[in-house]
Amino acid sequence: MKLFDQLVFNRQVFLRHRVRTLLMLLAVAIGVASVILLTSLGEGARGYVDREFSALGNRILIVLPGRKETTGGGPPMYGASPRDLTLEDANALGRIPGVLAVAPIVAGTTTISHSSRSREVITLGSTAAFFAVRQLQVGAGTLLSARAESEPLAVAVLGVKVKRELFGSSRALGQWVRVGDRRMRVVGVLEERGESLGLDMRDMLVIPVRTAEQLFDSPGLFRILLDIAPSADSDKIKEKILNVIRKRHDGEEDVTVISQDSMLAAFDNILATLTMAIAAISSISLLVAGILIMNISLISVSQRRQEIGLLKAIGASSRQIKQLFIGESLMLISMGSAVGISFAFALIALFAGLWPSFPLQPPVWAVPAALLVAFGTGLVFSIMPAKRAAALDPVLALRGML
Amino acid sequence: MIKLEKINKTYQVGDSPLRALADVSLNIEPGEYLSIMGPSGSGKSTLLNMIGLLDRPDSGRYWFDQIATEELNEERRAHLRGENIGFIFQSFHLINRLTAFENIELPMMLAGLPLKQRRIAVADVLAMVGLSDRASHKPNQLSGGQLQRVAIARAIVMRPRLLLADEPTGNLDSRSGAEVIDVLEKLNQDGITLITVTHDQKLGDRARRHIRMVDGMIDRDQGGFSVTPENSDMPENSPEPENSPEPKNSPEPKNSHQPTKSNDETI
Repeated sequence: MKLFDQLVFNRQVFLRHRVRTLLMLLAVAIGVASVILLTSLGEGARGYVDREFSALGNRILIVLPGRKETTGGGPPMYGASPRDLTLEDANALGRIPGVLAVAPIVAGTTTISHSSRSREVITLGSTAAFFAVRQLQVGAGTLLSARAESEPLAVAVLGVKVKRELFGSSRALGQWVRVGDRRMRVVGVLEERGESLGLDMRDMLVIPVRTAEQLFDSPGLFRILLDIAPSADSDKIKEKILNVIRKRHDGEEDVTVISQDSMLAAFDNILATLTMAIAAISSISLLVAGILIMNISLISVSQRRQEIGLLKAIGASSRQIKQLFIGESLMLISMGSAVGISFAFALIALFAGLWPSFPLQPPVWAVPAALLVAFGTGLVFSIMPAKRAAALDPVLALRGML
Repeated sequence: MIKLEKINKTYQVGDSPLRALADVSLNIEPGEYLSIMGPSGSGKSTLLNMIGLLDRPDSGRYWFDQIATEELNEERRAHLRGENIGFIFQSFHLINRLTAFENIELPMMLAGLPLKQRRIAVADVLAMVGLSDRASHKPNQLSGGQLQRVAIARAIVMRPRLLLADEPTGNLDSRSGAEVIDVLEKLNQDGITLITVTHDQKLGDRARRHIRMVDGMIDRDQGGFSVTPENSDMPENSPEPENSPEPKNSPEPKNSHQPTKSNDETI
């Protein structure tokens, strides 16, 4: 039997049983669409995190005081080293070729108050480079000036939330605030921006690094952020950083260097695994579609016993009968998959229009994987009915005796 | 053309075995017109299915055109059947969703023949059965006689050399029945070998050779072209008491006469 003839023959079966055909198509379409949509969701989340990371500045190295002695744990959050990481260390690191900017950070909490309102906030002491490295912009006013690198200026840049809490809707620029035991002038307010990497830049205060040193009475840096050139090899720079620190710290390599790439890779891994898991779960709907196809095919075989008997009598072999029934399932699955894929992509396009900030993007393997599962289950579940059809005794089938 | 040698077939019906064919031997020459008659359960339909390669014997040998069919696999048997044997059934067995044309072209389609060739052949056989103007009708738009003629057209579209008709007029009124018989006999005159299984004595008598079956054995064989040597070694009136149940309440699934069946019974 020619393939084309078989297609025509099966088409006539479908036309004869429109409702049944439509229901099976729908089952397959829903399965395929759910695999594509759910994996797109996972992949979309991964893309979102990727973008968040790159919003921090593409290539950042973070130097933490203290060495990670135990492998397998997380990086130390606060240094437990006897030798502090100092501003001088930071300046020395800034001289490494390939490092574009260095942002030393002193961190602590202070109470900031204006007239009767006061608020406990995380306070970062840093330099102008900090804003560049973290890609922060001011919504109003200016950033820290270059002078703030070396002088304990009494100026502060507020996060939007801090500004709102203290000043409400009135103007904050040029106003005096009390930070700890000092008075500082507000020179800028940061642009509204979401949380990134656990730091809510809206609820934060940035002051010159020297001022912070005095305020917290400590020469130790919380960490140093390095912005490295896109062309530079981050592993080599890491090596150089450790060399510089070793020289400056009497041969002790008492810092930990984290590259953003490695953090991103970790997140990537987690989200990719998650997407795969989602794909596996959504494949269950395809399995259900497969079982539906099997059931309906079994019914179809018993309804068409006489036809099968006849086909055998007029020269169809068992193999041809099997082919006809499996072909029927495969045709249904092809059509259902086509419908499902178009539906999924239409929905993804719709989502992209509605929420451009969180676009669903189907991973490249989503469509092949969905098709593979659909055809796999379809094939597996149509073999049994097809075998049953092929095994029918033509004599009894023709007499309607089965 | 057809040579059966000591064919046996036993069906398991419930707990007891039922011997549908008992050591049946038979020779059929090309171009013969043969009727098989006998009471229900006598094994005549089993014999027809055996000849039509739809059923396999438990033992015995069957040569179709010198081909030892019991050695063929299912695939080859289906092929041989499709090429050489046409079937006509009491209840027509046309496929309802297909037009007359599509029903008739089915055997050619299964054989993988191209559409062009199918068109010519189908037009040919439609003309032969006098239904050229009904090619695009579906079975529910045709009368009983027309349905059977479509079925005949389907049976002969592959130009088979053997035509097996199982109660071809069983579901037809006498006028349509006569038309159908006319068509079949004309085909036989053109050289096709025709075997009919029937309860209808008048129809059976029209054949040149009459075979009567009782209890799975050939009881009488008259009017053949050739001497049928197996007659001599057939125990003609063997009482065979040991394993022949009453034909009347025989549970063998072959009571080919079901006059209550409606005329438009199709698949």
